[in-house]
Amino acid sequence: MRFQLSKLSLGPAALAAILGLLPLAAFAEETPTLNSGDTAWMLTSTALVLFMTIPGLALFYGGLVRAKNVLSVLMQCFAITALVTVLWTLYGYSLAFSTTGMTTEVLNLNTFVGALDKVLFAGMTRESLTAAIPESVFATFQMTFAIITPALIVGAFAERMKFSALLWFMGIWFTIVYAPIAHMVWSGDGALMWDWGVLDFAGGTVVHINAGVAGLVAALVLGKRKGYPSTAMPPNNLGYTVIGASMLWVGWFGFNAGSAVAANESAGMAMLVTQIATATAALAWMFMEWLSHGKPSVLGIATGAVAGLVAITPASGTAGPLGALAIGAASGIVCFIASTKLKRALGYDDALDVFGVHAVGGIVGAILTGVFADASLGGAGLAEGMTIASQLWVQTKGVLFTIVYTAVLSFIILKVVDVVIGLRVTEEQETEGLDLALHDERGYIL
Amino acid sequence: MKLVSAIIKPFKLDDVREALGDIGVSGITVTEVKGFGRQKGHTELYRGAEYVVDFLPKIKVEIAVDDPLVDKVIEAVTSAARTGKIGDGKIFVFDLLQVIRIRTGETGSDAL
Repeated sequence: MRFQLSKLSLGPAALAAILGLLPLAAFAEETPTLNSGDTAWMLTSTALVLFMTIPGLALFYGGLVRAKNVLSVLMQCFAITALVTVLWTLYGYSLAFSTTGMTTEVLNLNTFVGALDKVLFAGMTRESLTAAIPESVFATFQMTFAIITPALIVGAFAERMKFSALLWFMGIWFTIVYAPIAHMVWSGDGALMWDWGVLDFAGGTVVHINAGVAGLVAALVLGKRKGYPSTAMPPNNLGYTVIGASMLWVGWFGFNAGSAVAANESAGMAMLVTQIATATAALAWMFMEWLSHGKPSVLGIATGAVAGLVAITPASGTAGPLGALAIGAASGIVCFIASTKLKRALGYDDALDVFGVHAVGGIVGAILTGVFADASLGGAGLAEGMTIASQLWVQTKGVLFTIVYTAVLSFIILKVVDVVIGLRVTEEQETEGLDLALHDERGYIL
Repeated sequence: MKLVSAIIKPFKLDDVREALGDIGVSGITVTEVKGFGRQKGHTELYRGAEYVVDFLPKIKVEIAVDDPLVDKVIEAVTSAARTGKIGDGKIFVFDLLQVIRIRTGETGSDAL
């Protein structure tokens, strides 16, 4: 029954982990075999998700900062990609996906974080399978999620963080925030939020709420950019931003449909709802802006698309087309208000709206996942014994836990790094621009 | 001799150059500049952050001419650069003390 739930609605990434990593009695007689169709799709998805970070997200963010900081953002995304890859290999995969020591409903250390038995991919051979794909492909696919999550945070403190502090923060954050949250949501029976029954198909909590809240905390701890909000800080190249947003949109098919860890009916529906929600959110943001400011903007429609992608992420395995329309519209409107009105009203300097788009969009999506998973609303159906109300409560619990966990730990990491090496560049460096001050390079030599 | 300095809308540059050629002006200097007058700037809006951009891109055309030609130059620039809308620009006229052609060392009107 629990398996039924997993198959239908819980992140199949996690299901795969169970199938591959836990020789459950129920499946002991079934020898898993490699499915080349699934494998081909997952190889493709992995490349698509990496493509979301470099160059997709790097360009999306790179175009939004001022000309003197364009390289610093590209550099941060690129360096995080490399750093997380190495950390994932060393111990990250084990912390996130080791299932050793986990038993359903039993609280122990492994409820929260994986054991160290898969350090350096120990025990993984060329033949190891996760579900019906090579474990090497599964591990690489999950690695690309671990890469994009910290990279998303970059937008919140853009244009003012020291590069060395960024590397320290990201390395530690990946280790004690990302890996445990991924473990708690996706690693299978015996993991905290998995046992609660939280539905998060492709990373609404693990990726977007996690990164968005960490971003807000980072923006608050680092403080505002010099001159914000009185000085004009116009984007240096919105063309880059639109290209980056478009790459994110395309790459997201790997992110969401790939989270089925198979080329199956779940992947197919994930692809469709991803497209619908994204388009709806793009239009919703555009019309909101048109109504409130008089003109529809390019940055607005592109940002709306990203908000829709974020919001449909947790729901992409359970919602149907109707749910996608609703989730898309809700995220476009709510994220617009959060990024343009709320941010102004509260005065924090989340430079590129990581909180307004990723945390808020992730929360909207995670909550509505509980509604639109219901079969009466075109969804894949709730687990037996679950009602929309009880699933909503489970989703809310997952959201709240993730917010508190990431906020508290992100704050502590930032404070420690600040005390030891300092988080911010000097005022002089900030004025000069991070490209020249930190990297001795300029993005534009005209 | 006079130096006529005209601030015009960028898209009017070709018209102005042509009009000056027609009345026999043999050389001009063009600079891309920014500024504002009564037109003021414009606003830009990025995710709710509204910026007033004070300085608009303009073109500065400088023409050194002999006194008899000054009025014709002013008239040529005025008629070529005018759209009738706010922001068409201004023309400043200065006395020009000396002109030297570097190649030959000629001075005054001969150097124009």
